[in-house]
Amino acid sequence: MKINQKIFLQFGICVIFFGLIGILINNLTINLTRTGLGFNFSWLFKPASFALAEHPLPYTSSDSYAWALFIGWLNSLKVIASSLILATFLGTLIGFTRAGKNSLLGLISAGYITIIRQTPLLLQLMFWYFVGFLGLKDNIFNISNQGIEFSGLIFSSEFLALLLGLSIFTSAYIAEVIRGGILSVPRGQWEAFRSLGLSERKGLISIILPQALPAIIPGLTSQYLNLAKNSTLAIAVGYSDIYAINDTIINQTGRAIECFIILLVSFLLLNLLITNTMEFINRLILKSRKYS
Amino acid sequence: MRRLVSGIVGLAALLAGCATTNQDNSSRLNLIKNRNELICGVSGKIPGFSFMKSDGSYQGLDVDICKAFAAAIIGDSEKIQYRPLTAAERFTAIKTGEIDLLSRNTTFTLSRDSSGGNGLTFAPVVFHDGQGLMVKKESKISSLKDLSNKSICVGSGTTTEQNINDAFESASLPYTPIKYQDLNQVVAGYLQGRCSAMTSDRSQLAAARSGFKNPKGHIILEDVLSKEPLAPASDGQDQKLADAMRWVVFSLISAEEQGITKSNIDEKVRIAKNNPQLKPLRRFLGIDGGLGEKIGLSNDFVVKVISSTGNYGEIYERHLGQNSEVPIPRGQNELYNNGGVHISPPFN
Repeated sequence: MKINQKIFLQFGICVIFFGLIGILINNLTINLTRTGLGFNFSWLFKPASFALAEHPLPYTSSDSYAWALFIGWLNSLKVIASSLILATFLGTLIGFTRAGKNSLLGLISAGYITIIRQTPLLLQLMFWYFVGFLGLKDNIFNISNQGIEFSGLIFSSEFLALLLGLSIFTSAYIAEVIRGGILSVPRGQWEAFRSLGLSERKGLISIILPQALPAIIPGLTSQYLNLAKNSTLAIAVGYSDIYAINDTIINQTGRAIECFIILLVSFLLLNLLITNTMEFINRLILKSRKYS
Repeated sequence: MRRLVSGIVGLAALLAGCATTNQDNSSRLNLIKNRNELICGVSGKIPGFSFMKSDGSYQGLDVDICKAFAAAIIGDSEKIQYRPLTAAERFTAIKTGEIDLLSRNTTFTLSRDSSGGNGLTFAPVVFHDGQGLMVKKESKISSLKDLSNKSICVGSGTTTEQNINDAFESASLPYTPIKYQDLNQVVAGYLQGRCSAMTSDRSQLAAARSGFKNPKGHIILEDVLSKEPLAPASDGQDQKLADAMRWVVFSLISAEEQGITKSNIDEKVRIAKNNPQLKPLRRFLGIDGGLGEKIGLSNDFVVKVISSTGNYGEIYERHLGQNSEVPIPRGQNELYNNGGVHISPPFN
């Protein structure tokens, strides 16, 4: 009797859930058709007729909207991947100094984390861009307010401001995740490696960190996902990421719903990529611990 | 169990709510009247057109056009809720019904006006503009050619972006567009020296320059890249609202042509009432003919409009005239009989 009731209950919930989704979709479709906004993706293959300042692959304004979106996705990927690396590096460094024994460095790191975490990211991005990069007047070491030239590669001010802003912002959060992970390792482990005569650095890297990683990785993953999503603030500093290009396309074609669906799907793909990679790393770490 | 039942009832109510939204097909004109308030989409960031003053109220040519619509539809030019919108938000805001109409320096184009494009409909043009380029005087740039291989600051999501591309591409000149989402950022990028030039409608360039520390250090190039007829817009499927908006704008132009102003409107009404032979004036002011009713407004809508905002010339003078903060010579925006392009069809 009880099992029957459970099955009935779950069946009911399923019916309600799918019914709800069905009605929402139906409602959306009816209203879209009524307002003349019915789904249509054929515009994707028409020429975009706008130029882009940055494109990792060849692009001209006679290329299609679809290609422009792909270029935008690549631009997003470029800034996300590079800030991810820089943020991890910075965050680890700060996390270590914060958890370490040197109280002056610890104090500086704590100040850094406090300032960065208490101010909005948008404000920080605007600061790096309009004050940090555009404020540069002289052409020193190939740095000017047009960007940086580094052995033949040119990085624009927009890209650099976004890279720096995202990395610094995320690094403050990563530092706290790392500190938390390190503190989760029992004090006995520290005393153990010290009594074995290992140096502080050697002990931290080969004894403490491997044990802290399982606690760090999940927190790190969600910081990476946040970074990916925060990259859409690129539009504030004039960087042509997928969101900025989507914005232009919505205005030219009036296809807001389709564009947002594309945006949703591309971010879903990007974030699934990040999540799965992190899970893979996590599994590797757990496995290696088992056999060591 | 009781909690479950109440949950299901709640869900059912929610579903019913979802299923019945937006089924009303009648004109927004009635909705505005019933609400007794007009929701008007504006920019809020362009001096002379729509700009928020320090006391929080909006002012400018686009704002006065909103007021004219509110005076005609509701009978009170103050019953307006302004919604500041970015260039990218504005059309979605109309189509989703978040705003009743848009009066936000929007260029009238085929794609925007068509059902296969943005699906809007436009009222008559309230300001004829053209896209231009502003450069620093000291840069010695004097034409489009001098901007070859230079960076140009552009507002994204506007026709501006497309026009600048068309202009440079057809002249086979390479350039780098630096795109910002809003005009303030375009200005900041340009002033900080990220770009050699900034581009926008010439009126907006003039408005932006008026706020610079040294307005004389910047010149607007002679090259005009495009026609930018700026017009109010509404949902293309709502013919009634579109008709009302169209004739409110025409009434502003027609009033200027006939010399009817905010200060003499009462006198004109009195003259029209006492002189049955003045047929065109009587029709215009709603004493004869019942023209207002045909477009879903009261017959004396012109009187309400003119007594609250004045005619087109007065609105222009107030916000863009010689003594305003953003003086822009009237040029094309004169009436047709004065060398400009504004003309109103007859009120018959």
